[in-house]
Amino acid sequence: MKAYKWAVPALYIVFLMLPIYWLLNMSFKTTNEILGTFSLWPQEFTLSNYAKIFTDPTWYNGYLNSITYVVINTVISVSVALPAAYAFSRYRFLGDKHLFFWLLTNRMAPPAVFALPFFQLYSAIGLFDTHLAVALAHCLFNIPLAVWILEGFMSGVPKELDETAYLDGYSFWRFFLRIFVPTIAAGIGVAAFFCFMYSWVELLLAKTLTSVAAKPIAATMTRTASTAGYELGLLAAAGALTIIPGAFVIYFVRHYIAKGFALGRV
Amino acid sequence: MNDRTANPRAWWFVLPVLVLVAFNALIPLMTVVNYSVQETFGDNVFFWEGLKWFEQVLNSDRFHESFLRQLAFTGMILAIEVPLGIAVALSMPRKGPWVSVCLVLMALPLLIPWNVVGAMWNIFALPDIGLLGRMINGMGIDYNFTQQPVAAWLTTVLMDVWHWTSLVVLLAYAGLCSIPDAYYQAAKIDGASAWAVFRYIQLPKMKRVLTIAILLRFMDSFMIYTEPFVLTGGGPGNTTTFLSIDLVKIALGQFDLGPAAAMSLIYFLVVLLVCWIFYTLTMRNESQ
Amino acid sequence: MAKIALQNLKHSYMTRTTSADDWALKEVDAVWENGGAYALLGPSGCGKTTLLNIISGLLVPTEGRVLFDDIDVTDTPTIERHIAQVFQFPVVYDTMTVYDNLAFPLRNRGVAEDKIASRVQTIAKMLDLESSLKRRASGLTADGKQKISLGRGLVREDVNVIMFDEPLTVIDPHLKWLLRSKLKELHQHVGATMIYVTHDQTEALTFADSVVVMHDGAVVQVGSPVELFEHPRHTFVGHFIGSPGMNVLPCEVHDGSVIFADAVVTTATPPASNSIDGRLEIGVRPEFVRFDTGGIAVEIVKVDDLGRVQIVETHRDGYTIKLVVDEDQEIPSENPRIAFNPDYTRLYVDKWVVDHEQ
Repeated sequence: MKAYKWAVPALYIVFLMLPIYWLLNMSFKTTNEILGTFSLWPQEFTLSNYAKIFTDPTWYNGYLNSITYVVINTVISVSVALPAAYAFSRYRFLGDKHLFFWLLTNRMAPPAVFALPFFQLYSAIGLFDTHLAVALAHCLFNIPLAVWILEGFMSGVPKELDETAYLDGYSFWRFFLRIFVPTIAAGIGVAAFFCFMYSWVELLLAKTLTSVAAKPIAATMTRTASTAGYELGLLAAAGALTIIPGAFVIYFVRHYIAKGFALGRV
Repeated sequence: MNDRTANPRAWWFVLPVLVLVAFNALIPLMTVVNYSVQETFGDNVFFWEGLKWFEQVLNSDRFHESFLRQLAFTGMILAIEVPLGIAVALSMPRKGPWVSVCLVLMALPLLIPWNVVGAMWNIFALPDIGLLGRMINGMGIDYNFTQQPVAAWLTTVLMDVWHWTSLVVLLAYAGLCSIPDAYYQAAKIDGASAWAVFRYIQLPKMKRVLTIAILLRFMDSFMIYTEPFVLTGGGPGNTTTFLSIDLVKIALGQFDLGPAAAMSLIYFLVVLLVCWIFYTLTMRNESQ
Repeated sequence: MAKIALQNLKHSYMTRTTSADDWALKEVDAVWENGGAYALLGPSGCGKTTLLNIISGLLVPTEGRVLFDDIDVTDTPTIERHIAQVFQFPVVYDTMTVYDNLAFPLRNRGVAEDKIASRVQTIAKMLDLESSLKRRASGLTADGKQKISLGRGLVREDVNVIMFDEPLTVIDPHLKWLLRSKLKELHQHVGATMIYVTHDQTEALTFADSVVVMHDGAVVQVGSPVELFEHPRHTFVGHFIGSPGMNVLPCEVHDGSVIFADAVVTTATPPASNSIDGRLEIGVRPEFVRFDTGGIAVEIVKVDDLGRVQIVETHRDGYTIKLVVDEDQEIPSENPRIAFNPDYTRLYVDKWVVDHEQ
């Protein structure tokens, strides 16, 4: 039995790759070929779908918009979560446990519940259709997640580290930035990864809070599907391109993904 | 969180988080509460309605149906994803070059935007141009998820399994990797069977991460919106209209803000309640 | 119960070996008698855990054979070797009670429940675990968990060898001594062959009748604690055992006499010939060096008073020589000179002792 053990993950990966392969396959086909014939690989190989995306500003701006708000969100989430997670892991203060649990409950809030109020809120403060609006809205679920992951990592660092640094005459912020942050670099990487991931894949709020100027790529795709007829090749190419940033990020944190949640506390 | 020092000034550390999350959580939540007890005919004119919307939602067949559909869906994907995820994690290599390959490829679906997942499965499963649709029909089974409720349902479940099982795999794998070799060696010396190793060593050590996995999968699947919306649009009929899809239909489609708000709150409370019960049960079990 | 013989054992974790450093275990030959208490002593990375895992069958050696009672078991799986092992970090089945933990190896072997019950009771009594039999194993302290690990080995009546891999690492210092004497007592009681791996000389010397000192993948000496102390066969043994370790000083051999610092040093066994190839050193333990007005002139660098004894550090020609002297002994303040006790002063060539007795 042991000799065939590799078959389980291998088959599972094949199952995962099939739809992705099909997407790629479609993206290299012309619309005519997609609708006209059925073939396992492109008969008339074409890059025109990709060319369209890279030359048409409504398409490539969608990518830039998505990446912009995802990066802003990741930076905000991780930087405010760092001191908070430190407080939760090192100090006792009034209402700490309740606060921690309340933060986590926001991870449980269905985005659909908040879609409409978000629209009104961000319209009222004049941030509608900006990158910042989406970045801030995604903080709702990403900050609790980042606090949770970072708290887990920080609790794994012995308190003696802090005490030694203070004895050596470090001021708090100097210790925090020069010693503590580098110590939990892996944890920050994992937290940033998960923030990036959830902000990148979310569409409902991102779509609700934007119209033109900050429209995410994912929303551009849904609109194309309905307005410009059924341009499946283009849709497939756009979809295939959305996989790339994710793949890139996974590759960099591959050694830490598995650890990320394992170190978080429930 | 045991040997922490008391420090009231720690509130300053938490303040930015508190402000940002509260801004995003409390103001919209208040808006929702506000809507849920009032009636409006536009022009910002509101009438107090008390608990009318809550009663209406709780008594509506439509809500009951989408709620049951939601429960069935979440139950089904948990029943498939958790055992499958554990099985894959168990048979993954523990070290060597293949570990990275497995992890990277498996994590890939997690980082694809949710509507792309829906779109991808749409073109993958369509009976005329999709690989899956063709294959199933080629086996002599009549399959068209845009027409047949059962097919639509199964396709949605399969899509979710494809999309999220890897999260369970990654977490379970992290749990497995934290087991020292000595445990396996001791089990060998004690003559334990493979099942006993799983039951008494691997499963207990994975318990914590599996709790996280089940909680996350419960929450996320209970909130699922984008993927089925893109794949099936909630159809055919209402067969794949889950809670979130129904909610958006009521709120943004029909602009029935009161019932939508009441439904939102009930929905949110259900998620909270289930998470809380699950959390308390596992923690009590742990402390015994 | 079994006699264990290791024949030409070699092991490498690499698939191809190019240099001597690729071998985790270089060449081990040993015969360990049935019922003996042996300690494998050496610093981390010397190959002792590798050797242990080969004996328990968790590893198959690259070369050589392992024999239990003259039967070749080199390729026999762990479970058929009837061994027990206690690991560095306690291994207990967290979800089971202490009773179920102890019963686990017997249940896996299909032993009847009533037989199991009486066996577990006996072992629990032996290990003072009776009162906690019904408790969850995860709730016990580190020493309790190590006792369970040991109990899971003892509970089987067919055990040939019980092996301990640094079992006291995570035990509180004040409990180490207790657990160690418990092990010693059990050895006399159970009569199984016991192999105890450690890097701590006190643990090894108090536990074992015979200590196997390992260095760099090879066994350098096997002997009783007294032999290791009085007659180190390798300079490493001199260094590693004893505190402070043996003085090792470079020397020359002229006309059959050993010369250090222009003085003739009498050794237990005189050099066999006038010229010997290789690096020459004399080794003498600090306990066998004394102040002597007719000896070698030295310079005193430091005196450490340890209570009952004092450790004096002296220098001569850039080499450090330590002495252990009684607390009440006067330390000469002017022109200190030292002499070595000839019975315990030995000549080493390329680190191995020159010895004609064998």
